Amino acid sequence: MSPPMSTPLIEIKGLSKRFPIHSGLSRRVTGEVRAIDGIDLTIMRGETLGLVGESGCGKSTTGRAILRAIEPSAGEILFHGEDGTVDVAKLGRTDLKRIRRRMQMVFQDPYASLNPRMNVEEIIAEPLICLDHMSGKARRERVIELLDLVGLNASYLLRYPHTFSGGQRQRIGIARALALEPDFVVCDEAVSALDVSVQAQVLNLLTDIQERLGTTYLFISHDLGVIEHQCDRVAVMYLGKIVEFADTETLLRRPKMPYVEALLSAVPEADPHVKRERVAIRGEVADPANLPSGCPFHPRCPYAQNVCRTAAPTLRQVEGEAGPHLAACHFAEALTLRGVGA
Amino acid sequence: MSTPVLSIRGLEVGARSRHGMLRPLRGIDLDLPRATTTGLVGESGCGKSMTARALLNITPNPMRITAGSVRLDDGAAGSIDLARLDPDGAPMRAIRGRRLAMIFQEPMTAFSPVHTIGNQIAEMLLIHEKLNKRAARERSIEMLDLVGMPNARQRFDAFPFNLSGGMRQRAMIAMALACRPDVLVADEPTTALDVTIQAQILELLQRLQEELGMTVLLITHDLGVVARTTSRVAVMYLGQVVEETTTEALFDTPMHPYTQGLLGSVPRLGSRKGGKRERLPAMRGSVPPALSELPGCAFHPRCPKAVPGLCDVVKPAMAEVAEGHKARCLLYPEVLDASKALETAA
Repeated sequence: MSPPMSTPLIEIKGLSKRFPIHSGLSRRVTGEVRAIDGIDLTIMRGETLGLVGESGCGKSTTGRAILRAIEPSAGEILFHGEDGTVDVAKLGRTDLKRIRRRMQMVFQDPYASLNPRMNVEEIIAEPLICLDHMSGKARRERVIELLDLVGLNASYLLRYPHTFSGGQRQRIGIARALALEPDFVVCDEAVSALDVSVQAQVLNLLTDIQERLGTTYLFISHDLGVIEHQCDRVAVMYLGKIVEFADTETLLRRPKMPYVEALLSAVPEADPHVKRERVAIRGEVADPANLPSGCPFHPRCPYAQNVCRTAAPTLRQVEGEAGPHLAACHFAEALTLRGVGA
Repeated sequence: MSTPVLSIRGLEVGARSRHGMLRPLRGIDLDLPRATTTGLVGESGCGKSMTARALLNITPNPMRITAGSVRLDDGAAGSIDLARLDPDGAPMRAIRGRRLAMIFQEPMTAFSPVHTIGNQIAEMLLIHEKLNKRAARERSIEMLDLVGMPNARQRFDAFPFNLSGGMRQRAMIAMALACRPDVLVADEPTTALDVTIQAQILELLQRLQEELGMTVLLITHDLGVVARTTSRVAVMYLGQVVEETTTEALFDTPMHPYTQGLLGSVPRLGSRKGGKRERLPAMRGSVPPALSELPGCAFHPRCPKAVPGLCDVVKPAMAEVAEGHKARCLLYPEVLDASKALETAA
């Protein structure tokens, strides 16, 4: 179990990322895609916060914007470090480099995220060289320590990425992310490319590390089974907005937003006796460059009323006995939606 | 059970390489009963996709079918062994697409990007059914309609890049089914799709399978997809089927330790109890490469139940360990007997 989640580590306020659309010969800006559309999110120290949604909903963009791997268009990213609070969104180059020691990332594709020309020692030592200026024997010892932490043998030091399996590569990526003992790690679909048996190994590894080092994770995934297993609290995104937020059990058992109900009902259960009745939602996710009026989910929503077509619902508190439960739906209280599990 | 539409026996695929003999398929035995959906599951590298390709005789160069047979039921005429046909010859080409069709994982790469989807579907009908252009166009539009493509008539002239992932997969299904094949091989048809779209495509495949009385081999790594859509399942490991039975029996009483490990390591939605996060029962290691030559059972280095002196020595045979439930594991006396009988015979 993770340590008590009392103090926030990261507070995101009104974070947005807009990409311009250029068209025509002159490449004039003719529109924009709102990849993230003003989201608020608080990540508590020591927790695993899940970020879930379908492709194109903005979950990866959010993860990257928090680390400023892409520049957010607007908003604040408050990082409550041991030496005071900083707004990551406003940092200059030098300060940003300093804060990156505290925030790291594990990527989805273990085949693309490791440089094929660097051996394991060079890969894992790179953050130590760039940000910690560690050298010589101390550095090698630290790399061996990290390899041990992620369950790899010290004899792998001089081998190259192509000699490893997908699961081993993902472990190398995790060792690199943990090299500077960051407070916060963004895991962007970190287990999606792995087979179930290896996925289980890596999920267990992430849990072990959290127990030992108290690491805070933002865990981005499209797999609701993995999210349920791994996360303390979950935020569901749809078209650049957070549409529901609660602790994992509440969200899965008693969803308050029709999209979340539909998403849960679409997951095929690994049990042939369970025939989950699917909530039929029509069509596909709308074009983010041409958002529908009102609630962005209304064209697919089986419960949509007239008000949904005209007024956009705000993310608001809907239920409150076990921590915050937020949902963006006009009818969150009126609807009785089906969740999963007991 | 009536005669299976497709009957695979001892199918082996291999190629010589710099590092030794690559053997992705090491003797597949599998029957596809008529008008059912059979699932083929396993981790990456176990030979699922290679099996699909071998059935259609489209193994990637330099892989060749080196042994075994793939018998397609031909009614009164008996059966045709596809493994013996020339992959590029006229008889094989007449069967491929017409009696045996395939859906690929990534519809973006499986379609030609420079032809409209309509023309690509119609091409099948022009070649196999000798329809004229107008009739082929009408039939293609009917097919697009059948797979739930909105505005099928307009979409006939759409290019693959005009369509979303889900719509491309619908178009791919329309193309595969254009000639009403007996057997449809679907290789990870929903892996690249979001869950809500995946649910739509699986429902579509199920509906078409029932309406057209098709036989489907569904290849997937997702045990949820298998549970939802198949009636029989075969589990593969390192180029062999290691367990085969009905879907319900497989999930209720998995017999092979590999199947047990796979089922155990899936985080199941709705299974969380209280706030406490439990460790997943993870299998150690991963699938060995297709070059590996392991003594005894191929799974023994990863198996939590392996018996030293037995599992690393004797090659297990496939045997019935419960009614209608076959497994390839030496912990069952039936398998041990069958394996020893096989060894003395050899």
